[in-house]
Amino acid sequence: MLRIDKLNVTFGHGKAVNHAVRDVSFTVKKGDSFGLVGESGSGKSTVLNCISGLSSKWTGTIEVAGKAVERKRPIDFYRRVQMVFQDPYGSLHPRHTIDSTLKEPVAIHKLGNANERVAKVLAEVGLSPRFRFRFPHQLSGGQRQRVAIARALILEPEVLLLDEPTSALDVSIQAEVLNLLQDIRGQRDLTYVLVSHDLAVVSHMCDNVLVMNRGQVVERITKKQLQKSTPKHEYTRQLLLASKGYDRTAIDLFQDF
Amino acid sequence: MKHDPLLRVNNLNISFPTPKGEVSAARGVSFSLGKEKIGIVGESGSGKSVTGRAILRLLPPYARVTCDQIRFKGYDLPALSEKEMRGIRGKEISMVMQDPKYSLNPVRTVGQQIMEAYTIHHRVKKREAKEKTLSMLAGVRIRNPKQVFNLYPHEVSGGMGQRIMIAMMLIPEPSLLIADEPTSALDVTVQLQVLAILDDLVTQRGMGLIFISHDLELVASFCDRVIIMYGGRIMEIIQADELHKSVHPYTRGLLNCLPKIGGGIARLPTLQRDTSWLAEDYEPNFPQEGVDAAHR
Repeated sequence: MLRIDKLNVTFGHGKAVNHAVRDVSFTVKKGDSFGLVGESGSGKSTVLNCISGLSSKWTGTIEVAGKAVERKRPIDFYRRVQMVFQDPYGSLHPRHTIDSTLKEPVAIHKLGNANERVAKVLAEVGLSPRFRFRFPHQLSGGQRQRVAIARALILEPEVLLLDEPTSALDVSIQAEVLNLLQDIRGQRDLTYVLVSHDLAVVSHMCDNVLVMNRGQVVERITKKQLQKSTPKHEYTRQLLLASKGYDRTAIDLFQDF
Repeated sequence: MKHDPLLRVNNLNISFPTPKGEVSAARGVSFSLGKEKIGIVGESGSGKSVTGRAILRLLPPYARVTCDQIRFKGYDLPALSEKEMRGIRGKEISMVMQDPKYSLNPVRTVGQQIMEAYTIHHRVKKREAKEKTLSMLAGVRIRNPKQVFNLYPHEVSGGMGQRIMIAMMLIPEPSLLIADEPTSALDVTVQLQVLAILDDLVTQRGMGLIFISHDLELVASFCDRVIIMYGGRIMEIIQADELHKSVHPYTRGLLNCLPKIGGGIARLPTLQRDTSWLAEDYEPNFPQEGVDAAHR
């Protein structure tokens, strides 16, 4: 469904050049759920921005459903590839009701019968119809993230790019949103690319995981390898250890990668 | 006197007036703390941060705070004047906030800011304060303190900013540190390194630490005791190493809804809340036992 080959991104120029993504390549099969994991500055979100078309300063190949995409993309691309952002407080327009937020993509893509689509998608993400004419500030964080997911789903996309979809939420709400995402993937045969810094979330959601550090791919591991704690690379091992909680003796052995 | 705890909070109630009536943020919160690491955990809106702020009297003036007792080292905190309180803040009790970006002054170098924290409470020469600052920066494992001394807050990374905040809060040598989500904005490895610094300081100096966090697993592995809060009430106080054996439905719910690396693809259990937890006569789980254990 998705093939990335030798993706390179640089920001700035001259002395201040920052090579944010170096030679990143991976493929994602249709209906698969793929995870990108790394610490801040590892380039994981930049990769997602390049796929979604939010960033245009990349070189390399991005193929969606077997067809290479250019920097400028046809409108149909944006219907098929949708993104959900990290911060549900920042990604919804504060002065638009949920109804108009959800109707806007329908109008842009000229899909028609907006009212029915909004009602359907709200039910699908588990929001009661009474939320429809409310403003984002009248909703909790988890409800807002449901609206953000609904906005992506209303276009019936094939690929959903998830950029830290639960890191702004409480653990109890995180569980609800992760369950919702898994249910939707099963129902709609969606392909996910999930970016997160949380190894537990990624290993729960994804079958294949790409570990990144400083713009480079460290290794690609499967869910099974993660669960058995047998990553090949030292960096992944350290990340795994760190996500298991506080251990005073282990911390002194941490290295910089 | 030896068995007197460092801090004792009794029946703390905090409410905020809103156009729709009073909103209660903390109800009947009681706990005590010795020279130990105590964690306060809860979801957003559970009252964990306001509790921390109320101890230092940092809440806005319209907040209504009532309590039977907040005793710290023989001081009766609610009865102190604002001037006396300034002598407590920083010198005796200090607080590390969540985000160094908002807590540091953007137009002064970090060195100047840390020096200020020291000279306010200690009458010393400038050179001595500077030396103290440099050694404090080295103490929080900043590799090149002399260079960092002259940097502005926007020039340092998040992890380093948080270390600078900790250096600033620890330089007056307080006996109690309140850390309000000090590491939530940091990467996991950096987070653990910052916690290791705090841990060492607690052990070396015999300081008390209140660690406010939403991360149950982290608190369980880092702290000695854990206070679980929900809706402004204490649900239970439990020894950290016994947290996983907790029988309280709320604690269990919080633990179960975390995705685990070893877990399967099954749906995560979601948290079921019980309104009886918020009832006026709700009895928290064994708070007294936890208090006694701290004194033993």
